Amino acid sequence: MIGSGQAGLAFSRCLTARAIDHVVIERGEVANSWRTERWDSLRLLTPNWQSRLPGFGYEGNDPNGYRDMAEIVTFLARYAEVISAPIKPHTNVRSVRQEEGGYLVATSEGDWHCKTLVIASGACNRARVPKVAEAVPETIDALSSMNYRNPQQLGEGGVLIVGASATGTQLADEIHRTGRPVTISVGEHIRAPRFYRSRDLEWWMDAAGVLDERYDEMEDINRARKLPSLQLAGTPDRSNLDLNTLTDKGVKLVGRLAGISDGIAQFSGSLANQCALSDLKIGRLLDTIDEWASENDLNGELEAPYRMEPTRYPNEPRVRLNLRSGEIKTILWCTGYSPDYSWLDVPVLDHKGGLRHDGGIVTEAPGMYLMGTQFLRRRKSALIDGVGDDARDLSAHLSAYLDG
Amino acid sequence: MADKEKFADNGVNVKALLDARVALGSAPEAAKFEWRTTCEWRNGTHSHSIVEGYFGLGEEQKHKRIFSFDADHPEVFAAQDNGATPVEYVLVGLASCLTAGVAAVAQNRKIQLNSVTATLEGGMDIQGILGMDSDIRNGFDGIKVSYKIDADASEKDIEALVAQSQKRSAVYDILTNPTNITVAVNK
Repeated sequence: MIGSGQAGLAFSRCLTARAIDHVVIERGEVANSWRTERWDSLRLLTPNWQSRLPGFGYEGNDPNGYRDMAEIVTFLARYAEVISAPIKPHTNVRSVRQEEGGYLVATSEGDWHCKTLVIASGACNRARVPKVAEAVPETIDALSSMNYRNPQQLGEGGVLIVGASATGTQLADEIHRTGRPVTISVGEHIRAPRFYRSRDLEWWMDAAGVLDERYDEMEDINRARKLPSLQLAGTPDRSNLDLNTLTDKGVKLVGRLAGISDGIAQFSGSLANQCALSDLKIGRLLDTIDEWASENDLNGELEAPYRMEPTRYPNEPRVRLNLRSGEIKTILWCTGYSPDYSWLDVPVLDHKGGLRHDGGIVTEAPGMYLMGTQFLRRRKSALIDGVGDDARDLSAHLSAYLDG
Repeated sequence: MADKEKFADNGVNVKALLDARVALGSAPEAAKFEWRTTCEWRNGTHSHSIVEGYFGLGEEQKHKRIFSFDADHPEVFAAQDNGATPVEYVLVGLASCLTAGVAAVAQNRKIQLNSVTATLEGGMDIQGILGMDSDIRNGFDGIKVSYKIDADASEKDIEALVAQSQKRSAVYDILTNPTNITVAVNK
């Protein structure tokens, strides 16, 4: 198994329960991405109770709070200890090749031969920075959410944040609070209320079965896997963080960054429709929730249904911004992440570098499995709370494969 | 969400479009199209354009017949008004692209359309094209599209149709995002 984040650990627990001999290779320490690749103030978007792992769960006294990074690391390190996961830390995978009867995993600490291989190396190994980044003038400091840690890193002056999903909106808020003028470039996004009708939105999605929706029941699974993250934040005051709250604070909205030409950033004129699409999407999710609440006779004990105020956007959002005028000092790419399979020498990658799989089963490479990516088998697959069911399914498949 | 049992016929062959998506998934080269037009100057600001051939699905294709378009400037510009202005063709392109999208999305969602009317307004300050003020752009300062749709669907479903149509529209994309244009003069 490659990777000891939540996905690798849950899978390890399932293999141990089946008495299947295995080893977990880890480039750093348990929960390495959480330890080393996230910004300082990040908190999980899911509440503490929503971290039910096979044989483990939240033990503290704040089930509705949101973990900070130190708490996630402690939580996962404790899980690794409780399940006695056979981890080889500080071991870098150099390559994986197919060989007779399985796979050869070459690492910085020597080779491993295995019949089956579980890739749990994470969905967010690289910042997915768009090609247009190459045209950013040299006078601008550019960094991505992968290497951003806190606002002290930034020079004084305006900040252009590209991307308005969970990461972009949170960082826009954090940086704006330091007094730097912030402009946020908004493409496809999905707004979401932190609390709806007296419950955490994650509670609703869990209870109403939205998070359990399966990959093989989706009309277009490729699209479902690429949906942007909900505009949620795990702040202690449980406040909403959407474009309206950012606008009220003074953050300026512009459309999707479409190009940079001669130092001039060009923004798409599609902002109005991006906002309309987002409003419609959250409306449909809240419809689903309300229907479920009615069917389950919960209306009596809950606040009445309501809808969010439509997203407000400027009448004439700017479509051009001169990056050489001094108005913008820093560009922060919050344009998503992608996994890194550069070490995988097995022909299972598509032309865009994604790993072809059927619900985590890499059918073209028997005995190979994938874990912990967006909508792997269920809508919740990339959540700490979601890896358990996937690990149970896939470890059963792996076990049957070993039995031949 | 549209009911799976519902029947709608907007005259769009959605099945063929969905089949094409599957077929092109395994042959992305065939998805590369090239659209063309030829334009000939007549007199003054009057020109005549035709559309006939295009490239797609790996080979040369032809429309069923040649389509032709006259463009000119109106009499207030001291011209002959032999046809719509070029910027009005841009509005026509956007309107027909979005409207085709509405029909296709409605068909896919099993929503019967009874009538669809789009009205487009493109605002322009002609001080730009007259070179009077460099702060004023040549093109539209904005385009307003307003739809009147009668369909067997809720208001929300109709809004969603129009939003999805914009998301998938070629002309909407061309107008909202920059496009590199190279112009060569051949001897």
